[in-house]
Amino acid sequence: MELPTLWFVLIAVLWTGYFFLEGFDFGVGVLTKVLARDRAERRVLINTIGPVWDGNEVWLLAAAGGMFAAFPDWYATLFSGFYLLLLAVLISLIVRGVAFEYRAKRPEERWQRNWEHAVFWCSALPAFLWGVIFANVVRGVPIDAEKEYVGSLPDLFTPYALLGGLLTLALFTFHGAVFTALKTVGDIRSRARRLATGLGVLVTVLALAFLGATQADGGGPASLAAFLVAVAGLLAALVANGRGREGWAFTFSGVTVVAAVVMLFLVLFPDVMPSSLNEEWNLTVENAASSPYTLTIMTWCAGIATPLVLLYQGWTYWVFRKRIGTRHLAPDPHAASRSDGATASGEATAPAVR
Amino acid sequence: MHVDLALAPETLARWQFGITTVYHFLFVPLTISLASLTAGLQTAWVRTGKEKYLRATKFWGKLFLINIAMGVVTGILQEFQFGMNWSDYSRFVGDVFGAPLAFEALIAFFFESTFIGLWIFGWDKLPQRIHLACIWMVAVGTVLSAYFILAANSWMQHPVGYRIDPESGRAELTDFWHVLTQNTAVAQFAHTITAAFLTGAAFMVGIAAYHLIRRRHVPVMRTSLRVGLVTMVVSGLLVAVSGDRLAKIMYEQQPMKMAAAEALWDTEGPAPFSVFAYGDVDEGHNTVAVEIPGLLSFLAHDDFSTPVPGINDTNEALKEQFDEELGLGDYRPNIPVAYWGFRWMIGFGMTSLALGVVGLYLTRRKRWLAPSLRTGADEVPRLALTRTRELGPTLTRWYWRAAFLTMAFPLIANCWGWIFTEMGRQPWAVYGVLPTASAVSPSVSQGEVIASMSLYTVLYAVLAVVEFRLLAKYAKAGPPDLTEADLDPPTRIGGGRGAGADEDADDRPMAFSY
Repeated sequence: MELPTLWFVLIAVLWTGYFFLEGFDFGVGVLTKVLARDRAERRVLINTIGPVWDGNEVWLLAAAGGMFAAFPDWYATLFSGFYLLLLAVLISLIVRGVAFEYRAKRPEERWQRNWEHAVFWCSALPAFLWGVIFANVVRGVPIDAEKEYVGSLPDLFTPYALLGGLLTLALFTFHGAVFTALKTVGDIRSRARRLATGLGVLVTVLALAFLGATQADGGGPASLAAFLVAVAGLLAALVANGRGREGWAFTFSGVTVVAAVVMLFLVLFPDVMPSSLNEEWNLTVENAASSPYTLTIMTWCAGIATPLVLLYQGWTYWVFRKRIGTRHLAPDPHAASRSDGATASGEATAPAVR
Repeated sequence: MHVDLALAPETLARWQFGITTVYHFLFVPLTISLASLTAGLQTAWVRTGKEKYLRATKFWGKLFLINIAMGVVTGILQEFQFGMNWSDYSRFVGDVFGAPLAFEALIAFFFESTFIGLWIFGWDKLPQRIHLACIWMVAVGTVLSAYFILAANSWMQHPVGYRIDPESGRAELTDFWHVLTQNTAVAQFAHTITAAFLTGAAFMVGIAAYHLIRRRHVPVMRTSLRVGLVTMVVSGLLVAVSGDRLAKIMYEQQPMKMAAAEALWDTEGPAPFSVFAYGDVDEGHNTVAVEIPGLLSFLAHDDFSTPVPGINDTNEALKEQFDEELGLGDYRPNIPVAYWGFRWMIGFGMTSLALGVVGLYLTRRKRWLAPSLRTGADEVPRLALTRTRELGPTLTRWYWRAAFLTMAFPLIANCWGWIFTEMGRQPWAVYGVLPTASAVSPSVSQGEVIASMSLYTVLYAVLAVVEFRLLAKYAKAGPPDLTEADLDPPTRIGGGRGAGADEDADDRPMAFSY
């Protein structure tokens, strides 16, 4: 395989990893308002992804860093062209990360409620916007001969792109609901399963519409196969979810995410960002790539680092494999700082030995 | 009619880069040093089993976590910003500059972020030594990350290991090893990492002083004070040594930056070191100057007479070299900023070192103290002036207060260090290769940059207040009490002790949850 093509595949792998992993993180964030009934349940949801969300998010940095190094023009055109969309994604990710870490650091009702709002909105918004962004990348946007984006912000909100955004939002929420059913115990688990059924039907409709339109517009046999896998995965996830096979349901919702992302990249290839103005101005795997020397070094790095990352991140999931419910939440995290006069929040404190 | 905002297209992008980067770098040095210091304290706990080390680990670990959260999220923006505001830069240098960034993400960020999760939530899930290994992995990740990004920045300061591709006109990597190991990268790394440890150490000393002056949490804070003071002195000395080395390298690689740092207008040999200067930038000379003869020659070249090139001569030389091709006309950075930035960096950094040295002397070990001045592990150390004489109560109080206030000094020094080195490189984005004016995104409007800059600034200001208050709250609260679970770590991965513990542990609450 030619080096630029190999790197196109690797970039696709990194984005796929990102959407698979942060997909359910975003979903869980959305569920804090959709599924959780009270603060304790919101805490359970946040803690299902507590140990892993940060590592999951680094897949985005790896994907962006990989694009910068392997396809500088792709990175430059995309990031400067979709400026305001990426600004919104960035602001969301900043606030969301801080929200996870800081929410439990103070006992005040208002403090915790505000960070919980932040978790919801800053999960929902990027989940939607990534769909908009990728729909535009695949469909093509106004790019001139200098490889510069020459459109405006409203140009990015076509019906097709909005449909893409709705699909990612719904798909990630579904993926998150299935993940929640797998990772929790108690009442919330069965409600997550029921919610997943409804969401799954919605996702199927959106996926048929968006991926179908994508296939009709620029697809080939390979993308058709990925499309079919995505839909089959979705149906299998629904069946498994209905039968209470939560591990399988999550596996299949993961298959759907992976197949959908793979399909988009297959439709894109060999372009990386087609121009809607003139085909000759398309950014392609060839004209946007770095030199063979850089790509070789990067291949060594990614070839060694990525399997290792999968290994130790996989190990993390195994360490935290236990389901959690409201009864597993640590007693109020403020027990530690009581000496400083923090107000009690009504939860039992840990037994202290000194 | 032409509406002139009086702003060059790159001005706003530079302000944004300056604001977001300086802000990001408030958190980075503390994260780097506190990761290692916390890991060191936890190692002491695992090896000795003394509870004060575990309490210290939990206390500093918590402050570390509050801090790293901000470091991580403000770092995401940094990686996006090159493409968003500096797309022509990204196109031009991506082949070279992108590689260390991708390495940083693939190697360092994954390390940090994965093992930090294991460490935060792993107290009751991992056997003691594996849990300890996790925080060390985080520490290694932070240092690796610093190396890659500083290698990338060093390439902007002194580009090596590349060629300009004649066809595309862009920079292409030819020797990655050279980019990673050139003397600029090594010296910058040494200087930045030691400065990071000075920052963390001063933070530790400051908070320990706060508690010791109130006679609270004495055993933990006494240990922290000692760890902090030793680190402060060692890293402070290394900051000075590495800074001297870096300055000598810069005299060779960017004479303009260093001439600006000294407001040395005309080439002089022997060149004096400027203590205070007030000058006229347009006229190119100082109106007031207080100088130490010959010292600058010594700093730059290790002897007291070698000439040091001045701003005016260097500017003429650069005009000759580049004007035909680029026509920039003026190759001088903002001289007052470079001059004062350099002084504030050194002044604040070295004041911290001095305070560390004084503190280490005043709290020295009992071998050097008369029996009447010796204190036990649960007593506030007495500040001893001589073997038998204690520092008076007023001076003692002042020392603790000064130690508390010095917390902020390395932070200020770090900020000015970056402002100096980045603004001192102007008008270049990549020194001698790519002018900053040619690096911005042509497709991004000023309105978009203003919008994003306003948003970031407001958001960052709010988060600064939130973070500062949280840090203050947890710093004041002192080390937490230990629970039975803390002293009874699991022996199996996933939690529990021994075979069949799983069922048992099923209903046990988590040691930590968000």
